[in-house]
Amino acid sequence: MTQRTQHPLPFRTELIRQVRRRRTLVAFLLMLALPLFVVLAIKFGPASGSSSSTGSVNLIDLSTKGAWNFVLVMLFFGSGFLLTTVTALFFGDTVAGEASWSTLRYLLSAPVPRRRLLWVKLRVAALLSLAAVAALTLISFAIGWVAFGGASLVSPVGGTFTTGAALGRVLVVAGYISCSLLVAAGLAFFVSVRTDVPLGAVGSAVIIVIVLQILDAITALGDLRNWLPGHYSQAWTDALSPSIDWSNMARGSAYAVVLFAVFVTIGVLAFDRKDITS
Amino acid sequence: MMGGMWQGGSGRGKSGVAGATLALAAVLMAAAPSAVAASPAPARAMPHAQPAHAPQFVVRDAAAPQTITVAGGPTTATDPTPVRLDVDIYRPHQSGPAPVVVLAHGFGGSKLSVADQARTLADAGFIAIAYSARGFGRSTGSISMDSPQFEVADVRRIIDTVATLSGVQLDAPGDPRVAVVGASYGGALALLAAGYDHRIDAVAADITYNDLQQALFPQQVQGSTKLGVFKKLWTASLFTAGSTTIPGQASVCGRFAPQWCALYQQAVHTGSVDAQGLALLRASSPASVTNRITAPTLLMAGQADSLFPLSQADATAREIAAAHPRTPLKVVWHSGGHDGGISEQQRLNQLVTDWCNEYLRHVGHVSNDFEATLVTGPLLGRSSGTKTTIERASRYPGIAGEQAVRVALQAPAQQVVAPAGGIPAAISALPGLGSAASLLARPVPGQFAAFPSAPLTAPLAIVGSSRVRVTISSPQPVSDVVLFASLRLVTPAGIETLPEGLVAPIRLANIGPTPTTVTVDLPAIYSTAEPGDVLRVEFATTDFAYRAPERPALYTIALADPSVSVATASLQPLTASTPAWWWTAGAAGVVLLLLLLLAVRRPRRHQGDVREDLRDVPVAVEGLVKEFAHGLRAVDGISYRIPRGEVIGLLGPNGAGKTTTMRMVLGLILPTAGDVFVFGTRVTPGDPVLARVGALVEGPGFLPHLTGRQNLDLYWQACGRSDTDPNLEEILAIANLGTAIDRTVRTYSQGMRQRLGVAQAMLGMPDLLVLDEPTNGLDPQQIREMRDVVQRYAATGRTVIVSSHLLSEVEQTCSHVVVMHRGRLVVQGDTATLLAGRTHMHLEDFFMDVIGDDLAIGTT
Repeated sequence: MTQRTQHPLPFRTELIRQVRRRRTLVAFLLMLALPLFVVLAIKFGPASGSSSSTGSVNLIDLSTKGAWNFVLVMLFFGSGFLLTTVTALFFGDTVAGEASWSTLRYLLSAPVPRRRLLWVKLRVAALLSLAAVAALTLISFAIGWVAFGGASLVSPVGGTFTTGAALGRVLVVAGYISCSLLVAAGLAFFVSVRTDVPLGAVGSAVIIVIVLQILDAITALGDLRNWLPGHYSQAWTDALSPSIDWSNMARGSAYAVVLFAVFVTIGVLAFDRKDITS
Repeated sequence: MMGGMWQGGSGRGKSGVAGATLALAAVLMAAAPSAVAASPAPARAMPHAQPAHAPQFVVRDAAAPQTITVAGGPTTATDPTPVRLDVDIYRPHQSGPAPVVVLAHGFGGSKLSVADQARTLADAGFIAIAYSARGFGRSTGSISMDSPQFEVADVRRIIDTVATLSGVQLDAPGDPRVAVVGASYGGALALLAAGYDHRIDAVAADITYNDLQQALFPQQVQGSTKLGVFKKLWTASLFTAGSTTIPGQASVCGRFAPQWCALYQQAVHTGSVDAQGLALLRASSPASVTNRITAPTLLMAGQADSLFPLSQADATAREIAAAHPRTPLKVVWHSGGHDGGISEQQRLNQLVTDWCNEYLRHVGHVSNDFEATLVTGPLLGRSSGTKTTIERASRYPGIAGEQAVRVALQAPAQQVVAPAGGIPAAISALPGLGSAASLLARPVPGQFAAFPSAPLTAPLAIVGSSRVRVTISSPQPVSDVVLFASLRLVTPAGIETLPEGLVAPIRLANIGPTPTTVTVDLPAIYSTAEPGDVLRVEFATTDFAYRAPERPALYTIALADPSVSVATASLQPLTASTPAWWWTAGAAGVVLLLLLLLAVRRPRRHQGDVREDLRDVPVAVEGLVKEFAHGLRAVDGISYRIPRGEVIGLLGPNGAGKTTTMRMVLGLILPTAGDVFVFGTRVTPGDPVLARVGALVEGPGFLPHLTGRQNLDLYWQACGRSDTDPNLEEILAIANLGTAIDRTVRTYSQGMRQRLGVAQAMLGMPDLLVLDEPTNGLDPQQIREMRDVVQRYAATGRTVIVSSHLLSEVEQTCSHVVVMHRGRLVVQGDTATLLAGRTHMHLEDFFMDVIGDDLAIGTT
């Protein structure tokens, strides 16, 4: 009388296991803190008074035009480091986190097939990361609405958008940012499979992404930079032109998806044959 | 890259000047012995190193050009001695007659400035001729600014010489198949040569002038013949580039011919030139011969060019098309120029090669479409986000555009001050600094009148030169009035841009209290305005780059017509190099391949690996070996069978391989060799048969942020055996945690965790229970309880394996014992027989007693 396992580690179970963690709560609190601090800084900080007529865009000035603009600027701020770190946290913790708690061996001997474990963990991490982007967007919108009103979206390149168009553009931007986070996600996941130290996985992914950003800022590298994974991380600004230019975003998201798939593949193949000694 | 100083980027400008200095020093030294050594036969080449065999050429590596000296036109109007021109010949690798491309360099450059392009052309199968123009590099003579008598004559002599070379494709004797290509100074020379010499079969001219007068003294009042405003900064930069001298031999005129030197000094001094000077400018301007050009002409113009703006190339194009409508003509507005911009040199060089291929060799086809590069600025303060899109139209719209769109302007009359001496001056573009000057750009308050539009309601492409009609008056009569008109864009975010930093200078005479009405051609640009943007026409009284009148004045400026007529045209993007869907499809393909790889490399399930004879054996181990990566043989060939319904002790000191064996039983560690069977099924990682096994290995593991109950609950869910009863109440009784079961696990003592761990292993009452050192951290009372629990569990017909390094524990708990040492099985049997009389021994003594000294050595 073999007891067949029907659905080991259901998605919902894993979600509950992760959502109840303090780490998850902190990550989402950060999504609240960023727009809140920026608004407080604008409202109560020392007056900047910089209304330069020429030169580059003043992001803070731009963000005060209304809720839509505030969302965009928050996404711009968030996509650089905050969202990357949070994504790396969710993905870097997948396997290494369980290993550090000694729960990995019990899950695997429950038995949860190894690929099933990774598949569920990846889905939960992806959902949480997406939720973080969504939370930043929605919270920023709400805070921006209260602080600056609901004026229509003003593009830094020129042009204004109707509410419907603005919604579409913000969705495209948030979607693209989510997609470009896959680079950090893949890296963190891969390291997570190889180590028993969750912070090591998160840290190495964040450090690699930052190094890539630094390399991308070195203009002397010229066209070589087009091949850096992080090069297209800000291609979403193309979505703010009157007619969206998809080419860079297509390239960037293709790159991110491929890198993610490569890292996940080697991660999965490594985990298939890994000796669980934790 | 086609030349030196006159063709763009600040960086390139500098290198051009430096190159010129070196070349000049070299020529002065080299030319010293035979200063103006005239060549006896003008049409013959003078080889540098082999005087005996002139002109004799071998096919050589294109990377190493052959240097010869060619006799050019007369030295001066009074001295017929030909100047010596320093020429490099780049030969293609293939043999057979080849067409020729003569490369003319930019101002301040030399034959070396065009060496790269010459090599490219030689690689493409052309004989490329690079030479230093008179007054530059090692060539002798003085600069006459592309004069027909001198520089143009030089080109003709070069073509004469080329016709005598071996391997040159000839259209007729003395008439080689030849194109002339150049940028800036060299571009004008190419156009002039094509007007004077009909042997030339194709022309390509980049960022060059049509009319030197209009280029250096621009006048943007429509229909005015009055000499415009002196472009003092650019002119001075050029003059300096042509007057490099060696230290200690400073000369006011440098290598300029005397009449050009005088012309320059007059212009700087007075801001004007006399009739004789105008004639000189006229003769050196392609405008004087454009009606004679019949060779296919490729005209490239830089949008970032305040020296030779788009209107210069436009005039050339219009004049050629008007005189000979059938002449193949292609106009390109690229994003580079003398002010830098974004270099498209590679694309332009390719275009030149294609042009020469089509019209010299009838190979390939270049469409005569108009092409313009649209530059969209960086976003959100990024330093490197500038993007270029190449767009096209089948017909060249000209700078007047395909059509004019009227945009209303708000129009109160405004008073502006023209300061004495023209200072302080507004900054728009600076030579060599180009668009970087826009960082300094700031109009001077009180010195400009601004006429903004309402925010646009629809996008607007500005393609060419827009127009505006204004009236200008002054309370006092003013004889010389200079104003600078500009068209600016202001985004809703308040960012103002002056496209390419270009302004349109206008110069009027005799303005008084009665308003004078003029139509002004604003700078020709290619830019796009979006809905919400504001167009702003400005009139300023000063500009740093131009000479302003000395006397102060006060003007009233008003719109004669409350609108600006914006030149516009519809352009289509050139087919994108890689369409967006390609990337998406490519990524999808890669992901699919990786999924395939994962499917292929799926761990084998060993579904068929069931041993019927072992179906009733909870654990059977056969020849089991585990060797870790660092060479440690943790388990070294173990075989045993665990009988059903008993409590089996796995006894051995730390490091004996007990835990490693258990991990292999649970599929956590893959054996190096041998097999593990659980109820007859060969164990693989995550094998379904493991659902019949409960385990506690090397201490318990729980989610510290959840309570004991939640942990058990979620673990049971993770097991996925919803159809089985977990026997939770019974399990909780075994754990005996009381109310602590609802506290988070991180508050538990080690003993509590241990009991919870045993309880978790018993969830669902598995057929086989594996407990690794279950009494760790328990007090004697709890150890007794645990012993009862284990024995009661086995009494139901289930099997329990208890590993321990404590003899007494095994003796009291287990009915059967397996003894391991250093990865090997030492002995197994009934506890009663095996341990009889030895229960109070230490483990070491037990080993010695059971197996003898040899095995026991080193045991701890």
